[in-house]
Amino acid sequence: METEGLGGNADTFLRLEGKGGDCEMRTAAIRFIQSRGTVGYLLIAAVLFSAPLFISDFRLNLLAKFLSFAILAIGLDLIWGYTGILSLGQGVFFGLGAYCMAMHLKLASTNGALPDFMSWSGLSELPWFLEPFHSFPAAVLLGLLLPAALAMLLGYVTFRSRIRGVYFSILTQALVLITVTLFVGQQAYTGGTNGVTGFREIFGYSLSNPDVQMVLYWITAAVLIVVFLFAKWLVGTRFARALQAIRDGENRLRFIGYNPDIYKMAVFALSAAFAGLAGMLFVLHVGIISPSMMGIVPSIEMVLWVAIGGRGTLIGAVIGAILINAAKTGFSEAYPDGWLYFLGALFVIAVVFLPSGIMGVRDKLMALVQRRSERNTKQLAEKGGESIGANGMDSVLRETNR
Amino acid sequence: MAQTEWILSCEKLTVDFDGFVAVNQMDFQLARGELRFLIGPNGAGKTTMLDMICGKTKPTSGKVFYGDATDISRKKEHQIAAMGIARKFQAPSIFQPLSVFENMELALKQNRSIWTALFRPITSEQRNRIMEGLQLVGLHEKAHMRAGSLSHGEKQWLEIGMMLLQEPTVLLLDEPVAGMTDVETEKTGELLMTITTSCSVVVVEHDMEFVRAFSSTVTVMHEGMLLKEGSMDDIQNDQRVAEVYLGQKAG
Repeated sequence: METEGLGGNADTFLRLEGKGGDCEMRTAAIRFIQSRGTVGYLLIAAVLFSAPLFISDFRLNLLAKFLSFAILAIGLDLIWGYTGILSLGQGVFFGLGAYCMAMHLKLASTNGALPDFMSWSGLSELPWFLEPFHSFPAAVLLGLLLPAALAMLLGYVTFRSRIRGVYFSILTQALVLITVTLFVGQQAYTGGTNGVTGFREIFGYSLSNPDVQMVLYWITAAVLIVVFLFAKWLVGTRFARALQAIRDGENRLRFIGYNPDIYKMAVFALSAAFAGLAGMLFVLHVGIISPSMMGIVPSIEMVLWVAIGGRGTLIGAVIGAILINAAKTGFSEAYPDGWLYFLGALFVIAVVFLPSGIMGVRDKLMALVQRRSERNTKQLAEKGGESIGANGMDSVLRETNR
Repeated sequence: MAQTEWILSCEKLTVDFDGFVAVNQMDFQLARGELRFLIGPNGAGKTTMLDMICGKTKPTSGKVFYGDATDISRKKEHQIAAMGIARKFQAPSIFQPLSVFENMELALKQNRSIWTALFRPITSEQRNRIMEGLQLVGLHEKAHMRAGSLSHGEKQWLEIGMMLLQEPTVLLLDEPVAGMTDVETEKTGELLMTITTSCSVVVVEHDMEFVRAFSSTVTVMHEGMLLKEGSMDDIQNDQRVAEVYLGQKAG
């Protein structure tokens, strides 16, 4: 939270200084290039895009899955980190998106025949409401809109009746239970406990082809970057200020004339749409979606990614999602029997000792470096050395070069 | 005819909290541009009156007419606020994690829709208004500071600055100087005077010295009902008021 909060303040301050639109644009452009953050982001983007050159197909596939989780984490961070609403039901939205994509892939893979799980369950023809999934654009649109609409509906009912805090979280858990039960029960339409799997191709390209998987990886990385930039823009607007105001004191916002319910519904729907998007990409890489992947445990795990990464910082959510899942994979490979304990211990350590997550640790380190460099600058100045720029980073660089 | 002169007119306002009648058949009128004090002993229903006007509490019966005789007693808080009735609570109502400037930006009178919040950054003219407002409350040098790190008095002033930018028609103040040092009280009094020149104000106050400093109409409430309305002199000379309120203080 702190870093981005400070960044925002600096923005505001610069905007205050700027006079006239032209000058502002220039300041903005210069600031963008100069800011250390941008270099970091470009570096991350470069690493993401060149990853296929370094790692095996198997690892690439895993990374792609993690990147899709990161998209979900950004949405969860917007509603939890920024707005202070803890949704324990993101798994449902993720699942809805995933099922939409899975249904399309399934229909595309059967060459017009009825998907296997439907005929096993005694259906003789495709139900009318699954017809749209023949079309890829329709499936993608539904994969975004269905989760968003469900979130809107739940938000409308709960936010309007001022259901808040832990009660809202419990309701989202109930939503997970209901949805999972429904998906397990409606085997003819959802594949039941087994879910939907057995996809062969997308747009006529084989999904088992490593090149296709590589392209899909790049698409996922690109979508993640677009989502990240969109969220980055969003948190710079007054809309995000209102969200933060809701977190700090929803009623106070009411009395200055805002309707927090609408804002909450909007951000909940957005986070659900991001989760749906993540689900769609997930299915492309993993090749299966089943009710267990959208259940209570995955929904809570999603919250932990954001908590450990550092809520209230977008990049923290991304890092959290990737690192935790990487750790999970690493532990399970190295210690097939005990990996769950390691993961549990990691969570406990993070929650107890790192309340602001990984980004909080980074902030503390940065502050330490800053203080040290300031002290050094002062010492140098006292020794009568030549004037040294106030920029702490400069002196740090100088120090390390010596 | 009287109806149109009042900016705010409450008719037989009653609120019943599960058997406890906090405000009972209360009539209350406020003229355009008026500064009115609402006093009374603890539990007289003063704050509840403000709560009903700003929509925080829904009256059990009775109506609140605002402006051109619009009944606002059933409207939602944010609608009432957007119509121009601002409320200042006892505790400073600022947003701690946001900067001083961002607090002002949220309060600034403008469209409150999501669309505007997303796609209409404030204009340079609005930015200047914010900076002028900050100058007035003496916080212009702290524009980039986190509001949560301000002192208690500064938070109050920030809130007053925010109300200034809201450009309310009616301002409801609940003990604006409670818990302030003498210097802070003085400055707050001055700031409030600045705002009150442009709108109608209702002030709930315990500090009789503060009330005396302004020569205006005073409404005395007791046990949820109207006891007396008049100038401070009238009030002080009233036997019943002395019994329930001033008497207690003097004795």
